[in-house]
Amino acid sequence: MSEEQIKNLEEQFEERIARDEKIEPKDWMPEKYRQTHIRQISQHAHSEIVGMLPEGNWITRAPSLRRKVALLAKVQDEAGHGLYLYSACETLGISRDELYEQLHSGKAKYSSIFNYPTVTWADMGAIGWLVDGAAIINQVPLCSTSFGPYARAMVRVCKEESFHQRQGYEIMLKLCNGTPEQKEMAQDALNRWWWPSLMMLGPTDDMSVHTEQSMKWKLKRKTNDELRQQFIDQTVPQADILGLTIPDPDLKWNEERQSYDFGEIDWDEFWQVVKGHGPMNKARMKARVGAWERGEWVRDAAMAHAEKQQERKNKQVV
Amino acid sequence: MSNKKNWPLWEVFVRSKNGLEHRHFGSLHAADAEMALENARDVYTRRNEGVSIWVVESKHITASNPEHNGELFEPAQDKVYRHPTFYDLPDDVKHM
Repeated sequence: MSEEQIKNLEEQFEERIARDEKIEPKDWMPEKYRQTHIRQISQHAHSEIVGMLPEGNWITRAPSLRRKVALLAKVQDEAGHGLYLYSACETLGISRDELYEQLHSGKAKYSSIFNYPTVTWADMGAIGWLVDGAAIINQVPLCSTSFGPYARAMVRVCKEESFHQRQGYEIMLKLCNGTPEQKEMAQDALNRWWWPSLMMLGPTDDMSVHTEQSMKWKLKRKTNDELRQQFIDQTVPQADILGLTIPDPDLKWNEERQSYDFGEIDWDEFWQVVKGHGPMNKARMKARVGAWERGEWVRDAAMAHAEKQQERKNKQVV
Repeated sequence: MSNKKNWPLWEVFVRSKNGLEHRHFGSLHAADAEMALENARDVYTRRNEGVSIWVVESKHITASNPEHNGELFEPAQDKVYRHPTFYDLPDDVKHM
């Protein structure tokens, strides 16, 4: 294809997106669109898969059967969400194996929030309430993103995710209405998860390198700062109901903006964790890679069994 | 990495309830058809989304090429006479 032809195709492509048409896997797309989507969708999928680990830590120690079945179901949903997203990503011409390889080798990133430890039961509450809350804010706009398979996966994910946040908030509520020690545990969890949750919505707009292009492709419909503000505005009243204090002395209602002003985020910490120096980066990857390697013989055995069954069937036909 | 073959890709179709057609829900990897069905149950119907599941190995699907959409679909575009509004009838004619 000549340069002019490609330019022509690119223009038509951008027009289609501007008209809110969806792009499907077999449609022509600029290479950069493909690569950007592989990067974002796989990062999203990896986050779901690694996101199971901090919560898996508490399944066996959940305080009641009710809490245990809910947490199990939530973690199972996350596995499901990872699978929807991996499938969507594979339609762009990358194999599942390559995707795993990128995660395991550290080439691909996942949400850095999962590199923090879950040290008390209250962390299950804080994760559901804050981390899933921030995730929902990120994900709802993606239901109308331009790439069809991603948008369809997100519709399913969003539908399932609201239970996650409610179960987390219920855990917090129960602790806050419990003994002073239990309430203190809830406050401690909020103190530890608040700032990482704000960071989860991504670098500030002036530092974000992908925002402009992603907005054009509807891969992003609101900027990181807008999403963060939305998250803070809806979460503060929820903390009030719990009777908990947001660990930010600069947090203040701004009458003029009809929004909360908030304190400076420690972006050095964010970049440290992204670069692999968070408290749990190594442990998470070790658990993930270990599970994959220990499962290899099972995958091979299943394949060998399938092939043997197929051979047997073929012989019967003859 | 394993030197054995990877699990193939399967497409999953689910009937949400009787009376409706099976609809494409997504895809997954499985070693064989039976495992594909079981995985589809776990991945796509955790909340009673279906009463029947079909799985078919993705390689068996032949898809049209969107680049040929012109040749493929344009012939239908100029055949307005296939639509009821093409025919002029007086307003007095009812139930037609």
